[in-house]
Amino acid sequence: MKGVSKRFGGVHALEKVDFSLGKDEVVGLIGDNGAGKSTLIKMLAGVYRPDDGEILFEGRQVEIHNPKEAKSLGIETVYQELALVDNLDIPANIFLGREPTFRIPWLGIIDGQEMERHARQILERLKIKINSMHSPVLNLSGGQRQAVAISRALYSNPKVMIMDEPTAALAVKEVNKVLDLIVQLKKSGVSVIFISHTLQNTFSVSDRVVILRKGQKVGDIATDKTTPDEVVKLMVGAEEAPTGVV
Amino acid sequence: METTGRFKLFIGAANRNRILFPFFSLITLIVVSAIVSPYFLTVINIKHLLAQVAIVAVLAVGETYVILTGGIDLAPGSLLALGGAATAALIKWVGLPIPIGILGGLFIGALAGAANGLLVARVRIPSFIVTLAMLAIGRGATLVLTNGRPITGFPHGVSVIASYIGPIPVLIIIVFVVYVLAQLVLSYTKLGRYIYAIGGNEQAVRIVGINVNRVKLFVFIFSGVCAALGGIMMDARLDSATPTAGQGYELDAIAASVLGGVSFTGGVGSLTGTFMGALIMTILGNLLNLLGVAAFYQYIAKGMILIIAAISLSRGVRYAK
Repeated sequence: MKGVSKRFGGVHALEKVDFSLGKDEVVGLIGDNGAGKSTLIKMLAGVYRPDDGEILFEGRQVEIHNPKEAKSLGIETVYQELALVDNLDIPANIFLGREPTFRIPWLGIIDGQEMERHARQILERLKIKINSMHSPVLNLSGGQRQAVAISRALYSNPKVMIMDEPTAALAVKEVNKVLDLIVQLKKSGVSVIFISHTLQNTFSVSDRVVILRKGQKVGDIATDKTTPDEVVKLMVGAEEAPTGVV
Repeated sequence: METTGRFKLFIGAANRNRILFPFFSLITLIVVSAIVSPYFLTVINIKHLLAQVAIVAVLAVGETYVILTGGIDLAPGSLLALGGAATAALIKWVGLPIPIGILGGLFIGALAGAANGLLVARVRIPSFIVTLAMLAIGRGATLVLTNGRPITGFPHGVSVIASYIGPIPVLIIIVFVVYVLAQLVLSYTKLGRYIYAIGGNEQAVRIVGINVNRVKLFVFIFSGVCAALGGIMMDARLDSATPTAGQGYELDAIAASVLGGVSFTGGVGSLTGTFMGALIMTILGNLLNLLGVAAFYQYIAKGMILIIAAISLSRGVRYAK
């Protein structure tokens, strides 16, 4: 993304931000509430359109008008609020809205075996072990549920996966599982944009961190060349105003 | 964490018990009835009972579809009367052939159901309010159509619907076919999957791009058609279409679903359960009749059964909406 801006009324949610994501790269997006993280990813996901600037995808300039176009480019989003249907089982959730059917016109008869086979493949790719595929996802742990949500996004073989707070509301053990998942994703050739409030998590999986503050990019550093302290300073603007309380 | 764990266990158990509860209730009720009344297990009573359960059961199919999506349909009693009267009028007054008259009645039911569905899905009025209005409108339309008087004396063909093949009433065969088809749709088609999914988490279903409105429209149309079918079955059984037919049947339809383990928050339940629920409601009425309990008390009994069922089945099933 080059010099993208977005205004909501008089508020500059994003101002001339450059953002890049390499192949097989995990980029952690960091910023306080209202820094513009959500706005940025929503432009990639096709929810918002930039007022200014351009988006390049694999070297081509693209316009992403709606979530469907984002998906067809290969950009999938796993949202913070888990969009799972609790009373359905794992395959049903992964395939919701695109169930494989037998080729009998009109009836839409679901090919359950095909669905389960695919679901198992996807879970295997993420190295997730789940005993009962057919109990409602309500009975799964938070981490497993996140895995199902990620599996759903993964089904369409995306090139980019955007994860908005995938570790929020999870127990520590579960958080580690989700972080492992991100590593697995990277290994299987998916680039990831990762948003988290917990810097520790961001640092443990990201190759690079991008820091936003008040709609502007204030940092873009390889993770191994920085420290959480430095990032926090950038995030709250302490570098510019050393007198401020950190 | 401790509570969540126990909560989940409880839900697991509740889900497993969803069929067991109606099943054991039904068995118990049958055993008790057989002991209490010597007439209960007579052939004539069973024939009568099966014919009677058919109408409640057919309304309950549509009701179950609606409740599975997280809605409610209060109109089936009135739409039963409307569909029945429309068919009667088309056959008796207009002089149309019987099959055309039946299709006409079903079409009226579909139309009223479509009105419900559009108001719920598009205008986003809660289904409780929409179908309560339809309960009044449907009844009123029936009274207007019939001028408040029953339409009686159909051509011979109509009574075939209420005849018997050996000891088996044709009515129950119709119901059986409807149940099998409706359960197949629920279990094996995308439409059925989406009906459950909408009852589980409507927002999530919208996000993935499923046309939720169309599914909702469908369930209400289906419920309207089921109600009209019930009306036509009643026409055949009584050889008459009365404008007051089906009054209070929405209670039986809802109770059958709930007794059968259909969660009224949506997303959980099956038609097997609903059919058992319909049997429970009908047998209960039948037993009270055999015991000579006045009809007035039967309403109280039905209402209390519904509450008991709701208490024992609703706990533990709360899905995000």
